[in-house]
Amino acid sequence: MCAEYAEKKTAITGIGQSAISRGADKSALGLTVDAAMEAIADAGLRREDIDGVATWPGGDNNASGFSPVGIPELQDALRLKLGWYSNCGETAGQYGPIFNAIGAIAAGYARHVLIFRSVYEATARKSAFANALSRPNERQHGPFTWYAPYHVYAAATQQALFFQRYVHESGIRPEQVARIAINARRNAALNPKAIYTTPITVEDYLAAPIIATPLRLLDCDVPIDGSTAMILSHIDAAREGPHPVTWIEAVGTNMQYRNSWTQLDALATQAQPHVAKMMWSRTDLQPKDVDVAELYDGFSFHTINWLENFGFCGRYEAADFIGDGSRIALEGELPVNTHGGSLSAGRTHAYGQVHEAVLQLRGLAGRRQVAGGPKVAALSTAGGPLAGCFLLARD
Amino acid sequence: MSKDIEFPRPLPALTVDSTAFWRDGARGVLSIYRCQECSYYVHPPVEFCPRCESRKVAAEAVSGHAHVVTFTVNHKQWMPGLPVPYVLALVAIDEQEDVRLATNIVDCPPENVHIGMKVTVRFEPHDDVWVPLFAPRSENVR
Repeated sequence: MCAEYAEKKTAITGIGQSAISRGADKSALGLTVDAAMEAIADAGLRREDIDGVATWPGGDNNASGFSPVGIPELQDALRLKLGWYSNCGETAGQYGPIFNAIGAIAAGYARHVLIFRSVYEATARKSAFANALSRPNERQHGPFTWYAPYHVYAAATQQALFFQRYVHESGIRPEQVARIAINARRNAALNPKAIYTTPITVEDYLAAPIIATPLRLLDCDVPIDGSTAMILSHIDAAREGPHPVTWIEAVGTNMQYRNSWTQLDALATQAQPHVAKMMWSRTDLQPKDVDVAELYDGFSFHTINWLENFGFCGRYEAADFIGDGSRIALEGELPVNTHGGSLSAGRTHAYGQVHEAVLQLRGLAGRRQVAGGPKVAALSTAGGPLAGCFLLARD
Repeated sequence: MSKDIEFPRPLPALTVDSTAFWRDGARGVLSIYRCQECSYYVHPPVEFCPRCESRKVAAEAVSGHAHVVTFTVNHKQWMPGLPVPYVLALVAIDEQEDVRLATNIVDCPPENVHIGMKVTVRFEPHDDVWVPLFAPRSENVR
């Protein structure tokens, strides 16, 4: 029997999401208010019940649209009175605020933590270079100096390095990689909020432009304007809420590797195996117990990596596991990214996956509801040295 | 000096530790920090050896020989005027596998670049920085 780790005493009690679009008619703060108020109401709470706020990475105060809203702006807009708040850019991926909020709840700093992730990248891309990683004639500071002179303007170019190494070691073929994008698009057709819903084929995938080998256009997520929010509550409070309790069963948060975009120990598998190992060490559940997998898909190969690194299949066996796509389909044995993922529903940066996992466990996912009453969801983030994961469960 | 990409390169701000790496190309040398006690190369450079905890770490010339650990042929033109395709790679120096450098592979058709390819350094001056780039070595067999 596993120890009673603090995460098991927390539950996601509310979820909310703004409109998701390729160009919003509201400000990023306005979208964030929409998501936050929906999550608060969904939890059966009122603004005055919220005593903690967390986000990743925190407001970046520039034109990139990557993180346009910080905690202070949201706190003031909603006039919240908080016992605890924290952003956390340097943490185990985009779910870092969830991991931190678990600690804050365990410490008694807060009982209901509002966690949000807002992006405004669709609008940002309408102005030239607003979200470029570097710019000519501007000196670069920090770890990115090691990439600075080499024409790395987008995450795709950098992440393609990891994908290439995975392809080299696993032997996966493009038509096998294609199944991730095809699956996402198929699920997106059942999601009224998804950006892209027209079905795609292997031929479409292969015909799409190459961005940076081996990455093709349909391997890349779609930038959007939007905000996703959730309420993480003490489990005692969750039991008083309007929904079945969906608790955090286990988390993986560690940094066991060289946390560097150039020196990362394992280029093909990146940071994920370590965080997955930590997560499984904190639960009696096993990979076979997972009913739905909402896996990071900033690029399709992240999802492929996670199929292996969560242990759903063996090392470099993802291509065979995916096969013709039926196993990861909505009606398959391990439905993956049931809302369409960031590839087709839009780049909510791993938070759309949380929203979807809660809907699936509640049985409220509508036409895309996984049959059989899923009870355990696996969630993950990824990208070079960044990775984090957790299991969400219900009775 | 390479002319593969005629496009202004974003440049690093130099620190006390990174100056040797970015400037020793002026004398044709690739400099990497090395522990003066246990000979371990320390990169990115810092005056601390993670192997023996020595603070006696200093820049030393290496051979400039390296091999491609991974790479990508970038086709997307991210900015107006950026010539494509071009190759971004991570190379490991021959002296020590865990010293990896991001770089462009130049003087080589992009389609010829492969993992394991043997490369050697060359330098491209920009302002006060000599940018290390890598080109194929003659002993490559493909």
